[in-house]
Amino acid sequence: MKRWGEPLADHTEAHALASHHKHQFETIEQQQETSTLGMWAFLVTEVLFFGGLFCAYTVYRYLYPHAFAAASHHLNYVIGAINTAVLIGSSMTMALAVRAAQLGNRRSQVVFLLLTIVLGSTFLGIKVVEYHDKFVHHLVPGPHFQFEGPYGREAQIFYSLYFAMTGMHAVHMIIGIGMLATLTVLAWRGRFSAEYFTPVELGGLYWHFVDIVWIYLFPLLYLIREGG
Amino acid sequence: MKSSHALAEGPGPAEQEVNYLNADYGIRSWLLTIDHKRIAILYLVVITVMFSVGGMFAAALRIELLTPRGDLVQADTYNKLFTMHGVVMIFFFLIPSIPAVLGNFLVPLMIGARDLAFPRINLLSWYIYMLGAVFGTYAIIAGGVDTGWTFYTPYSTSASQTQVISTVFAAFIVGFSSILTGLNFIVTTHKMRAPGLTWFRLPLFVWAIYATSLIQMLATPVLAITLVLLLLERGLHIGIFDPALGGDPVLFQHLFWFYSHPAVYIMILPGMGVVSEMVTCFSRKQIFGYHFICFSSLGIAIIGFLVWGHHLFVSGQSVYAGILFSLLSYLVAIPSAIKVFNWTATLYKGRISWQTPMIYVLGFIGLFTIGGLTGLFLAAIGLDVHLTDTYFVIAHFHYIMVGGAIMAYLGGLHFWWPKITGRLYPEFWAKIAAAIVFIGFNLTFFPQFLLGYMGMPRRYHVYAPEFQVLNVMSTAGASILGVGYLLPIVYLIWSMRYGPKASANPWNATGLEWQTPSPPPTHNFDRVPVVSQEAYDYEAMGRALGRSH
Amino acid sequence: MEKLLFFVPDQASSVASSVDLFFFFMVAVSGFFSVLIALLILFFAIHYREGGPAAEKLRAQREEIEDPIAHGHGRGAMVLEIVWTVIPFGLAMVMFLWGTRLFFTLSRPPADAMQIYAVGKQWMWKFQHPEGVREINALHVPIGQNVRLTMSSEDVIHSFFVPAFRVKQDVVPGRFTQTWFRATRTGTFHLFCAEYCGTQHSGMIGTVTVLEPDDYEAWLAGGGTVAPGQTLAQMGERLFNERACNTCHLPSGEGRGPSLVGLLGSTVKLEGGGTAVADETYVRESILNPAAKIVAGFQPLMPTFQGQLSEEQIVELLAYMRSLGPKQGGATAAALGSEGRKP
Repeated sequence: MKRWGEPLADHTEAHALASHHKHQFETIEQQQETSTLGMWAFLVTEVLFFGGLFCAYTVYRYLYPHAFAAASHHLNYVIGAINTAVLIGSSMTMALAVRAAQLGNRRSQVVFLLLTIVLGSTFLGIKVVEYHDKFVHHLVPGPHFQFEGPYGREAQIFYSLYFAMTGMHAVHMIIGIGMLATLTVLAWRGRFSAEYFTPVELGGLYWHFVDIVWIYLFPLLYLIREGG
Repeated sequence: MKSSHALAEGPGPAEQEVNYLNADYGIRSWLLTIDHKRIAILYLVVITVMFSVGGMFAAALRIELLTPRGDLVQADTYNKLFTMHGVVMIFFFLIPSIPAVLGNFLVPLMIGARDLAFPRINLLSWYIYMLGAVFGTYAIIAGGVDTGWTFYTPYSTSASQTQVISTVFAAFIVGFSSILTGLNFIVTTHKMRAPGLTWFRLPLFVWAIYATSLIQMLATPVLAITLVLLLLERGLHIGIFDPALGGDPVLFQHLFWFYSHPAVYIMILPGMGVVSEMVTCFSRKQIFGYHFICFSSLGIAIIGFLVWGHHLFVSGQSVYAGILFSLLSYLVAIPSAIKVFNWTATLYKGRISWQTPMIYVLGFIGLFTIGGLTGLFLAAIGLDVHLTDTYFVIAHFHYIMVGGAIMAYLGGLHFWWPKITGRLYPEFWAKIAAAIVFIGFNLTFFPQFLLGYMGMPRRYHVYAPEFQVLNVMSTAGASILGVGYLLPIVYLIWSMRYGPKASANPWNATGLEWQTPSPPPTHNFDRVPVVSQEAYDYEAMGRALGRSH
Repeated sequence: MEKLLFFVPDQASSVASSVDLFFFFMVAVSGFFSVLIALLILFFAIHYREGGPAAEKLRAQREEIEDPIAHGHGRGAMVLEIVWTVIPFGLAMVMFLWGTRLFFTLSRPPADAMQIYAVGKQWMWKFQHPEGVREINALHVPIGQNVRLTMSSEDVIHSFFVPAFRVKQDVVPGRFTQTWFRATRTGTFHLFCAEYCGTQHSGMIGTVTVLEPDDYEAWLAGGGTVAPGQTLAQMGERLFNERACNTCHLPSGEGRGPSLVGLLGSTVKLEGGGTAVADETYVRESILNPAAKIVAGFQPLMPTFQGQLSEEQIVELLAYMRSLGPKQGGATAAALGSEGRKP
């Protein structure tokens, strides 16, 4: 038989101590560890989500290496590289925002979060320009797809994957920006402190993950060479 | 929330009457609840509706198959019926059944926690499920879908004229409910266990749910992205799997089964956990081979990810890939065999009470054994060539999913019914129903093994006359099975009002969930329980009870 | 041979009896274990029932002595765990090896097999014999002759299933799949589509008729269902010239395209490195999508024939290529059918 242990940590008291303490947790530490594990677990599911796309990409690239190289030439790797730089920059500002939160510096926290939002939006803006360019040049898969040269069919598969992969990435970026905006408002209201900044930390984890996905997408889509 | 604080303040005998069910009233208190027990009830209600809907589709199929001519419904209708039977039963009933109802209710109670790690996400999961159900219902009302629940390309992307998009979207959405539920259980099991409740003191049900959650978390995202690609291809006419563009329709099958084979274990592993709990309780004996059972759960979860290719033995995949998948499929059978032997050994020298849950356990072991062993037929690549896509496959997976998962679900529902509702179910009717389910099930599905070997292909609306006798037997069995499923719905609902009040621990079971009142208070435990012993110490409990008498 | 049991379909092919033998081995093993488990749980559940003599006796004893085996502890229990892990594992490996051996037989068409082409479409089966005879939803084959079926689909995935032959193979659009059989009994047998393919899936059925060799020749001479003017290879040759394939694909290899003599089944070097086996699926891709794999030393000049050739016409071209035979002095292409047979 199990023995009965010490009484519950007093709820009302815990609530009085910290408004962010959820009822199901014994201690704030337990709550923070749990949230962090939850975010990591979520990121694992995200890896699998993009994993399906990378798997499809691998299969078709193996089947049609030349077509993929030819189709990739129509992507502007300069724009891709600029976007990569923008995104890496946003990861840096995000890291600085987390650091500001750790130090309990509300002002710089808000500034860095806003900078991250600006850089993320810049990335999306550039992406819109790129998508528009593909639309103008009939490189959007579907009935109006046109691709000069011998690889018309497989190039369409490449562009289907291009739009699926970058589109899924962009959806994650948009969600990320929404999340950052929420964090900015909360930070502005002074909800985080040197003792409690878990949401900012978790937001940072998510943002870095989305950046890392792009770090893989950029070479796989933009930097393919013949015979590769 | 307010009421739960009021409860926590002064535990005493007078407060026993206040529990999670009567702590608050009104529809709002249910639809906005973040109490894991109430969310379990929300799931229980909708999946029962879904099960009834899927069951009605099945009934229509079986009636149609009474005659070989296809004279009850038209071919298109028949195709929609079996598709929607599969979609509803798999995505909306079997996958959420034990995890979302019993898992939600029991995991926090079993590990001595006040709630899951993320109660709001838990409620969100239910709403996501409901959103998926809305799209699924829309698809049914708007004319149904006829692709088969497997959505194989290119039929689903280019040929079918039915509600493919809304159905696939429904499955996509409900997948996120499954992912979030799994994630919640994983984090909860890691971080919320009571003091002293080490990993190897955990109830085997928690182990089974943990292994299941791993699969839900890791496999479901792959299904999600696969369905997105399917939607893009059908909706926007972009080519991913389209053979006219050099796309590979078999790639869809690989991605689909990478989820859907592990999904079979999402359905059966929780059932195995339920059976482990009940077999030891009704044998009044510690479970045989605790460690073997919990590691076999993990083993199934892991190897289960590597066997998807056995669904593609005749699809034109390479011979060597086929052989590898065949070998791995045999390996995944071993942990299941270990479990069956351990359950059987648990009965040895026990003190077995023939309560309703135990009847379901005995039925489960027998039927799961047959289901598992016939899986070996299909894993043998040379024999699968003849058997795949015939009724043999149908019989095999219904033995696992209906004979296994649903038997365990019903057994578990009876076992924990006193805890969930605070009422006892009528034992006589429950035993009758269990016997009817067992007989009806075997009569329905055993003839289908024979039909399969005779060569009757699955998804056939019209069939050759020599298959009729066995089909009539199967339909007769299905009508018995239907009665067996209706009875519990009736008497369980009846018992909620008229059943005798249940004590905190009507079965004298070990496990933390039995140490709170029935039904439990909103905050589960007045004091955080401290665990100092292994699970299922029924002998010690028996001695203690013996002395007190 | 008479039917063994009512649920065993006719054994009408060379592999049927070995598949059945394996099936009955599996039935025996799984029957043994099912009955064993069922008897054990019933015996335990009744013998040790609560209130029964055995359970009460044990209850009295249990106060004093512990029985390690009954509780799953100690060495005895460990031995049991090992035994019931190792024995199923051993049996599983036997099943795996047996099943795999059987599959090797099923998946490798013998070299001397005669070639028949099948095309699946919603919702019918079309067959083309090398002699030019075509059939729909019916297939006539001679007894005792190895028959290789090369199959493709015009629309969705189908599956060629003849229960009496214990043979099944998916028919996938965009590629060729193969199966083979040797009929051992005359008669008419079911042909089913086993992969769900839409409204009339259950109507996509037909018959396989196995004839004595003389009857088969007579049936061929009678023209089957569609009168043949020419052999399949001759029809392919005509098409080859009509579509002006012959202007580039010169037999000498000096044209703008590679020579097709002896190509089928050989290994070709590709532009940009790598090799490919020139099987039916490769040839099919090269016709419909010439740029996908360019043979080393040639330019991607050939236009696509996507949408311009039916599945049957591709089959005719293949039969023609097959009839061109192995390259002079070159490596002999493996597994070429007996296309030489002329009516």
